[in-house]
Amino acid sequence: MVVREINSIKSIISPLYLFLAPALSAIFIFFFLPVVAAFLISFTDFDIYALGDFSKARFIGLRNYLALFEDPLFWTALRNTFYFVIVAGPLSIAVSLYSAILLNSKLVRFKALFRLTYFMPVVTTLVAVAIVWRFIYQPKFGILNYLLAFIGINPIDWLGEPQWAMPAIILMSIWKNFGYNMIIFIAGLQNIPQHLYEAAVIEGANRWQQFRSITLPLLAPTTLFVSIITMIGFFQLFAEPYIMTQGGPLNSTLSIVQYMYREGFRWWNMGYSAAIAFVLFIIIFIGTLFQFKIQKRAEYSWY
Amino acid sequence: MIWFLAKFTTSLFIISAVFSFLSCNANNKSIEIKFWAMGAEGEYVQELIPRFESENPDLKVKVQMVPWTAAQEKLITAFASDNLPDIFQLGNTWIPQFVALDAIDCLDAWVEESNSINKDNYFEGIWNTNVIAGRIYGIPWYIDTRVLFYRKDVLNKAGFSSPPQTWQDLYIVSKNIKELSDKQEKYAIYLPTNEWAPFVIFAMQAGAELLKDNNCYGDFSSENFKKAFKFLIKFHQENLAPIGISQVTNVYQAFAEEYFVMYISGPWNINEFKKWMSGDLADKWMTAPLPGPNATAHGVSLAGGSSLVITKRSNRKSEVWRFIEYLSQKTTQLEFYKILNDLPALTIAWQDSILLNDPYMHAFYEQFHNVKATPKIPEWEQIAFSKIQQYAEIAVRGVMSVDEALIALDKDVNKILEKRRWLLGK
Repeated sequence: MVVREINSIKSIISPLYLFLAPALSAIFIFFFLPVVAAFLISFTDFDIYALGDFSKARFIGLRNYLALFEDPLFWTALRNTFYFVIVAGPLSIAVSLYSAILLNSKLVRFKALFRLTYFMPVVTTLVAVAIVWRFIYQPKFGILNYLLAFIGINPIDWLGEPQWAMPAIILMSIWKNFGYNMIIFIAGLQNIPQHLYEAAVIEGANRWQQFRSITLPLLAPTTLFVSIITMIGFFQLFAEPYIMTQGGPLNSTLSIVQYMYREGFRWWNMGYSAAIAFVLFIIIFIGTLFQFKIQKRAEYSWY
Repeated sequence: MIWFLAKFTTSLFIISAVFSFLSCNANNKSIEIKFWAMGAEGEYVQELIPRFESENPDLKVKVQMVPWTAAQEKLITAFASDNLPDIFQLGNTWIPQFVALDAIDCLDAWVEESNSINKDNYFEGIWNTNVIAGRIYGIPWYIDTRVLFYRKDVLNKAGFSSPPQTWQDLYIVSKNIKELSDKQEKYAIYLPTNEWAPFVIFAMQAGAELLKDNNCYGDFSSENFKKAFKFLIKFHQENLAPIGISQVTNVYQAFAEEYFVMYISGPWNINEFKKWMSGDLADKWMTAPLPGPNATAHGVSLAGGSSLVITKRSNRKSEVWRFIEYLSQKTTQLEFYKILNDLPALTIAWQDSILLNDPYMHAFYEQFHNVKATPKIPEWEQIAFSKIQQYAEIAVRGVMSVDEALIALDKDVNKILEKRRWLLGK
């Protein structure tokens, strides 16, 4: 009897769903539910008082979002994050692509060694890296200022001056991250058929023309992937300033995620913090759509 | 399939039954108290446990160490998931938050019945940090406050044979020190803007209330607060104190190299200072009670330290109380001082020779008689760490004038306190 019942259930639910069920329920419980809960919380003033006694939370509609737009710190954080994404994003992709092309060249020896060296920062713990870079940036004894002194540049207080702190963070994160994208680019480069280059050489194309007309267009899917992943990752800038500058000086390195973390887990303003998270989500979503659009248009122009 | 499931569940049942039987057996012998302590305290308090367990064979204490940097998150998430231990260490400025959460128990009844723990055995200012709305929530375990660390040799050269007694002295000695140094890269005092304490201490000394109307509004643009704030900012403006904080990667080294000569800090730094100021430098530094606004008395400082609190939902409160009484004995407190240099909360412990013979401790002993708590509301942490520090930095770097910065500070603080006003109005 039980068997018959199971069979009848089976006929209703396709085996597809049965197989998917464990994964789907895990996603539902650990991803979908928290997101919905966070979304609802973003319309309340859930804070430390509400954590103790839920009746002390108020439903306040869109007021968290409205307060965000009036919050100068939020705008500072937003500006810093955009600064970081817009400067560090393209730079880091360019460095990755450049090093990938170098490493893919037939002339380079010890390829594996170089690949390993460039990839090493990616797998190193960020906390350790940040602490080492803090020494590099140290204004009095740091090696960076020591080297700059040779070309006659006066010591710069890298992490202490509001206008230098973000460039310092950008330099460090590019160094830390470019290896990852480089590996992806190398894989993409190796997928480009060699005969295209041979044909181009016969036609008399120079290096730059080869790069412009073969490498770049054929790398387009890889570049799209890399740029989206990089953008999403960079919008979530957190650990670098958290360890190196704590957002300072004068909040010049305060990022959106750091502000969200501070509000949420330091001051327990969960409602406000959730609202910041959703604004960030919308920004990343728009950014991704935008990149798809650009990429499509670019593909047309290449062919 | 069904058969397999049945078999599987039965075996699970058997396994869990065996386990619960075993654990019951273990628990019958003694009651286990769960105790969370932070950082070094969590590590070294273990050494105090064996004596307690031998004096109380029916009790066992299980210590869990929680790192300081994540302590607050851990405690609050543990509260949210109902996983708090029976007793834990709590920085005394965090007590208001845990009272607001209704996470810790009022200890009035226990203190009243206790033969050993009594308000009069503690420094008044310290005890008061544990009292919220007239009720006691924590027993001071070890205490701290901030005093002036200074270089005797440099102050001597600057014409001061004793540490500055008044604000005026502090300013004059700083001026003199700055004039002594031919190099620009030397400073008289270190007042980093990522430490709110000096700003609040000097404001308290000037008689500022910090918050007003039952702690519902900021009172930072008041005359008294402004006076103190302006006084400290002057040190930065006149180049007597370094503006940035990134030059000083190591305060002890900077102090040893005379990068700065005075620093307002607490007992947690004593050991490191002793370590760095060794050899020739050993007798070249000292601690002193903080200078005050006038010559009649030295100035007030912050009442800091950690307390022991009991979780409201614990069902071992009387056992936990015995443990607290044990940790509050004079011998235990002195033992803890010897292990970790955590200053004893019991005033009588300070009469012991080990503390009397340490010259660096005299300033602390004197200062503890004149300490005050910061406003005891859960929002204070955010006000101090995010807002006061933010606007101190803004004013120090000249982005805003002092008046503008303090008006903006009040505005931000009033926004933070909106919830409190609503709760009190309910």
